[in-house]
Amino acid sequence: MSETLIDPLGLAPGLETALPVRFARWFDERGWRPRAHQLAMLALAREGRDALLLAPTGGGKTLAGFLPSLVELAETGSGCGIHTLYVSPLKALAADIARNLEAPIQEMRLPIAIALRTGDTPSSARARQRRRPPDVLLTTPESLALLLSYPDAQLQFSKLRAIVLDELHALAESKRGALLALGLARLRRLAPAARVVGLSATIAEPRSLLRYLSPRPESVALVQGEPGAPPEVEILLPGTGIPWAGHYATHAAPAILDLIRRHRTSIVFVNTRAQAEVLFGVLWRLNDDNLPIALHHGSLDVEQRRKVEAAMASGRLRAVVATSSLDLGIDWGDVDLVVQVGAPKSVSRLLQRVGRANHRLEEPSRAVLVPANRFEVLECLAARAAIAEGALDGSGVAAGGFDVLAQHITGVACAGPFDADSLFAEVREAAPYADLSRADFDAVLDFVATGGYALKRYERYRRLVRGPDGLWRLADARLARRYRMNVGTIVEAPMMRVRLGLRGRRLGEVEEYFVSTLTPGDTFLFAGRTLEFIGIREDEVIVRVPRRAREPKVPAYAGGKLPLTSALAARVNAILADRRRWASLPMPVQEWLEAQVRRSSIGEAGELLVETFPRGRRHFLVAYPLAGRNAHQTLGILLTRRMERMRLAPLGFVASDYCIAVWGRVPITRPEELFTPDLLADDFEEWMAESSLLRRAFRNCAVVAGLVERRLPGREKTGRQVMISTDLLYDVLRKHEPEHVLLRAARAEAAQSMTDLRRLSDLLHAIQGKIKHVPLKRISPFAVAIIAGIGKEFVGGEALDQELEAAVEELVAEALA
Amino acid sequence: MSVLPLRVCGRELLLDPAGALLWPDEKMLIVADLHIGKAAALARRGLMAPPYEFEETLARLEALIERHRPQMVVSLGDGLHGAEAAALIEEAGFDRLSALIRRQLWLWVTGNHDTAIPLALGGAVLPRFERAGLSFVHVPSGREGEIAGHLHPVARIATPARRIQRRRCFASDGRRLLLPALGAFTGGLDVLDPAIAGLFPGPFTAYLLGSRRVFAVPAARLTPEPDARRHLLSCRRSSRRPAA
Repeated sequence: MSETLIDPLGLAPGLETALPVRFARWFDERGWRPRAHQLAMLALAREGRDALLLAPTGGGKTLAGFLPSLVELAETGSGCGIHTLYVSPLKALAADIARNLEAPIQEMRLPIAIALRTGDTPSSARARQRRRPPDVLLTTPESLALLLSYPDAQLQFSKLRAIVLDELHALAESKRGALLALGLARLRRLAPAARVVGLSATIAEPRSLLRYLSPRPESVALVQGEPGAPPEVEILLPGTGIPWAGHYATHAAPAILDLIRRHRTSIVFVNTRAQAEVLFGVLWRLNDDNLPIALHHGSLDVEQRRKVEAAMASGRLRAVVATSSLDLGIDWGDVDLVVQVGAPKSVSRLLQRVGRANHRLEEPSRAVLVPANRFEVLECLAARAAIAEGALDGSGVAAGGFDVLAQHITGVACAGPFDADSLFAEVREAAPYADLSRADFDAVLDFVATGGYALKRYERYRRLVRGPDGLWRLADARLARRYRMNVGTIVEAPMMRVRLGLRGRRLGEVEEYFVSTLTPGDTFLFAGRTLEFIGIREDEVIVRVPRRAREPKVPAYAGGKLPLTSALAARVNAILADRRRWASLPMPVQEWLEAQVRRSSIGEAGELLVETFPRGRRHFLVAYPLAGRNAHQTLGILLTRRMERMRLAPLGFVASDYCIAVWGRVPITRPEELFTPDLLADDFEEWMAESSLLRRAFRNCAVVAGLVERRLPGREKTGRQVMISTDLLYDVLRKHEPEHVLLRAARAEAAQSMTDLRRLSDLLHAIQGKIKHVPLKRISPFAVAIIAGIGKEFVGGEALDQELEAAVEELVAEALA
Repeated sequence: MSVLPLRVCGRELLLDPAGALLWPDEKMLIVADLHIGKAAALARRGLMAPPYEFEETLARLEALIERHRPQMVVSLGDGLHGAEAAALIEEAGFDRLSALIRRQLWLWVTGNHDTAIPLALGGAVLPRFERAGLSFVHVPSGREGEIAGHLHPVARIATPARRIQRRRCFASDGRRLLLPALGAFTGGLDVLDPAIAGLFPGPFTAYLLGSRRVFAVPAARLTPEPDARRHLLSCRRSSRRPAA
């Protein structure tokens, strides 16, 4: 039995790492050997120390997290209340872990009761858990917040010995992470004896996660799991060539199908729901062997998704086409191939996806990347190199929002009276709020109590009152009910159910916005087939299968676009800038780069390439900052605004992850006058205030903070009467109290969701005097990718590759003429 | 700011882009659905909407009265929103509102959200009001000559860039007229919803409020809100009330 502890912080030697006999025998019977990090976690638990375990998928991470609890419970006996609380980012993952834990518990006949508490847990089961608490409770951040809001939370958690936070890297950075951090701070007060354990995938910078686990990060032990075999990553370049433009990679469908045929079980990951629908459709048309292939994305009906997951787990499927809905967690066991279609966008996420294949640590995971166009070939190459070097784009802990804090304070008030001073101290122990000022805390508290307006008009409607004892309490018990209906930090775009026929079955949900663009008779791809939009009834979208098979008119709808990370963008830039590396590139890509050099330029490292050329009766400007789609979108808005002021008659713009194209009626002769750093200062404030981005952020914050009620499908009929558009609230508030705490929250959120803005401003400063302007007579090879997308962009979606083909061919001919 | 002329049953009326109706021959200004006190009503339910709704709505009224100097103002119902309104006005600006009301003749046509209008505030109170062939009511019935509020019409139109613009609007077929809501926190109901479209026996026009002028768009050229399409499947007349 190996006893080496891989621990950079250095564990005291001579720690008790031996497994109790019952456990050792159980491992032996299975022919397993406890891993070093599992034993290390056991030893640390015996010392009562907090710990962060970094281990790759398949490293027995979850068992490492639970082993100490099982051992302890086997020794001390159960039935004393909740001993271990496990928090997972996904309901499905929590359910999966519950199932996996049953095996050792039954086989070792351990007297341990485990239970699941998520949004799906029926109220009868909740009541039972309340009466007879399980030894191990598995839950999600939202359900934990709910549990903490009950007056008996103190009692429920007073016997708590261990808190296990799973997939921490996926949570810490998000708003849910802020909510969980606040819950954790509360738990530490309720159960000071409990140790806190974080389980995370390997990340570049674990320091912020140590702080996330404890306000005294130096006391948290860092345990590094065995690294596992490095993944084998290939890039698929079918002999048919690589498209110049497009995102669907339908050209590679036959090759992908061939890969599926040659493997036991494959997951084909894509980046958007539209890609999932389109690729699934094409694969299915080619699938002459009738291989069982399924579709999985977040908009499909829950039932449907569960069926696919079950079929996958039992090995009945050969492949599933999936979006990020399958990124995390659940152990499929038999997956031996992961295909990533389209650009990987982020190294960490790619690694997460690659790790879905082959959960045995000793064997390498196998993944195939399928670039959909030539820029994406570069990105795939860059991502592969980054994985080989183990250079991940890290997971930090973001500053927590005021809206999440407002929700938490309401929850605390629901549980019972509280003292503001001690709550402030407690909140500062949560990592995302470590730097919260007392003034801001008081502002948020005032918001919860009275709305926090300078105009004190709501005294008589107070939600919180301060008693003569100095403690704050809920003014009206009914507010607790509302809090519990609205808990959570995820605010979805309004969705509508899709039903097949008036009395048919539910297929899933689509964004209301998408529906508003359809007219009856329109056909679109959803749930893997072409559907015809008939109309809307009672908040449901009614569709049918068209009588005659038709190509869908509207390709599909988008959803889940992620921007390119700056780390990956830098690597792509490096490939472009270093000619010596071109020789090792695939032939079509080399030819493409050479053609670009011949016709236009690549630009030197540190330069910003800007091309201008006429096309049709328009004058185009294409710039290649490689700063990600969001940053380019913003840049597009700012550039067109400035062009208007300079009387350059802009007509439109389109942005991709790599470049931005703007066009107008007048030729742009001096682009350097457009790209000045004051571009941001000049127009940005004004634009931000008007922008839908800020309005959306305000809506999210208003829902999370409890200014308006959450909109849930099925609850809308009752909701409509009291619904008030947050846009109206936003406009009035901005005019009368621009520094209100919720507006500050919205601005912070918008700025955070646009971290790319910082990239943009850095970029504008970096390229001053380094703009490489190339005036051209016609479109360049690089520009084809973006110009081909113009006019084809459907609201939030993209055009089918087939539809693009004709247009692209024409453009390519022009570029090479 | 430019007003748009519109004939209803032979009477020359003007549409103000702020969302009010003018009848120059009678020197009359007509507004609908102020819903003063809506924010306080929300606050009573624990939803702390910004309290500046009163100031905002009052400012809109003051600007209109300043601009047109009417001899008479008609509030077409739902001027005050629920029981909270009176208490709110007491606190927030009784004198200011009352002074505005007393500058000219003021008529409160009563609506479904109006509870007792404080006498001291000023103005006469009537359930409906007729003049020169036009009849001013809160809830429209579809009769000719009716000028009504209550339904908070909004209209949506797709721009060439395929972006949807959603604006408050008047709706009229030249025989009857619906006014948009003037209150700061008033929601809207799509003019293509059967509850509104059903009031017009034939084609009608939506008059969308721009920032400086009013845009006339035939209903047939509007983009329906998803909800409005339910009539494609079920033609039963819904008697939905607007989101107040």
